[in-house]
Amino acid sequence: MTAAGSTARFYLALALIGGSYVVLILAMLIADLFYTTEDAFWAAFRSPEIRYAIRLSLVSCFVTTLLSLWVAVPLGYLLSRTRFYGQTVLDTFLDIPIVLPPLVIGLSLLILLQTRPGKWIEDLTQHQMGFLLTYIALPVVIAIGSWPLLRRLPSRAEGLLYLPVVAAVVAIVLRFSGLGASIEPRLQDRFGTRITFEIPSVILAQFAVSCAFAVRTMRVTFDQISPRAEQVALTLGCTRSQAFWAVSLPEAWRGLVTAASIAWARALGEFGPILIFSGATRMRTEVLSTTVWLELSVGHLEAAIAVSLLMVVVAIVVLLLMRGFGLRGGAM
Amino acid sequence: MIAIDRLSIRQGAFALRDISLEVPTGKYGVLMGKTGAGKTSILEAVAGLRAIVGGKIRLGARVVTHLEPGDRGLGYVPQDGALFRTMTVYNHLAFALTLRGVDRKTIDGRVTELADWLGITHLLRRRPAGLSGGEAQRVALGRAMSFRPQYLLLDEPLSSLDETTRGSMVDLLDGLRKGGDVTVLHVTHSRAEAERLADVRFRLDDGRVVKE
Repeated sequence: MTAAGSTARFYLALALIGGSYVVLILAMLIADLFYTTEDAFWAAFRSPEIRYAIRLSLVSCFVTTLLSLWVAVPLGYLLSRTRFYGQTVLDTFLDIPIVLPPLVIGLSLLILLQTRPGKWIEDLTQHQMGFLLTYIALPVVIAIGSWPLLRRLPSRAEGLLYLPVVAAVVAIVLRFSGLGASIEPRLQDRFGTRITFEIPSVILAQFAVSCAFAVRTMRVTFDQISPRAEQVALTLGCTRSQAFWAVSLPEAWRGLVTAASIAWARALGEFGPILIFSGATRMRTEVLSTTVWLELSVGHLEAAIAVSLLMVVVAIVVLLLMRGFGLRGGAM
Repeated sequence: MIAIDRLSIRQGAFALRDISLEVPTGKYGVLMGKTGAGKTSILEAVAGLRAIVGGKIRLGARVVTHLEPGDRGLGYVPQDGALFRTMTVYNHLAFALTLRGVDRKTIDGRVTELADWLGITHLLRRRPAGLSGGEAQRVALGRAMSFRPQYLLLDEPLSSLDETTRGSMVDLLDGLRKGGDVTVLHVTHSRAEAERLADVRFRLDDGRVVKE
């Protein structure tokens, strides 16, 4: 047998084994396509309830992805670069959301919000949201937003001093100028909400599961990046955080895009925890995955399949966009 | 002067005790030793990248034992170059100067000067993925020298290069030696490299450093 022939047979064998899974996915989608009609698909798309579910799905998945990355990048980096007492236990803890049945996650979140600290947090988001946004979030955002006025990379001391001082000045100005008093009630009306059975619970339920996958991805990403380049950056005058931002994070770009894709996809498909923790109230906490269940529960099989196909389309478009832009960014 | 006084390092089962050596100011010191003897660990300790158990490290008049790597004022070229994969060659050469807040015009001038010296002017817009082993080592050397450090640490910079590339790199390092502006500690297992470049030679054997 020639070398080329042997290689071709080997790849063919791999393609046959792997291809069977691709065929299964395609077959399922084609079966769905033939089960529903074009009219049912467009009817689903035109329904205000389903449009609301699409909007909430996109927004909640986007916020969940950002929150997951916000946690996964530092945690993945810590787990990869440091060795500390109890690391194995922490590692196991982080796998809990991956191995637990999703319903249990939802139940646990529900119980957590019934504890005394949980109730306190819920009271805060329901009655004090205007105050928190006006006098804490807004000043911090303004302080960060004004950072480029320094027109250079601030030193560690400047960073530690600049943000709290500017934020405090903005908060004082808001409080004593009367501006805060006019903004606060509006923000309270707009954003003051409970967590359980409201939109925040959808995001929290999605985040509880998605973040675990993002952390795993970021840890593997940092494991694959040699710490040597970062060490050289330290000798060139970087602080630890400068070396991380300037060297390690750009090198982790592809992993970051993958973690975002996985977190987003996982959030879109989340169902169990949302059902338990957020309920499935139309035009309130209904996301696409709960729409499928709601349609099925009232016997609208065609509509359920139409929404499923809609989810497939939305997922493909968003993941392609994310990977397309992300990988182009990674080639900087 | 690079002076190591009774340096002790421990990592797991590996340990070095009471290592001492001194490279006089402006001289080129070469530390030889077998693979796994601990040469890189000594270099990393001098660079501030490895925790030490005991001893003292001096760079000129300054005791730098407990200083951050960036405050030691030394250039470091690791064995694999460790280039920044997302940056162009230009960005590598400009990196340390940008951190120090040097103005754009001065940076451009310094990058041009370094690129001419290293013969990498045509590579300034490339990224590490498009560089050969020899080119990558030149960029690593240029990056380490960009902020004109008085001390330079080289960790087997020639070990992965072919014969021809190694020859031209040795010429570059020899030029650095003759200039005498930088005090160098170069780690290698090659006697030929040591004979060609060293003003002062040391050998690390069984955890002891001997001046040759």
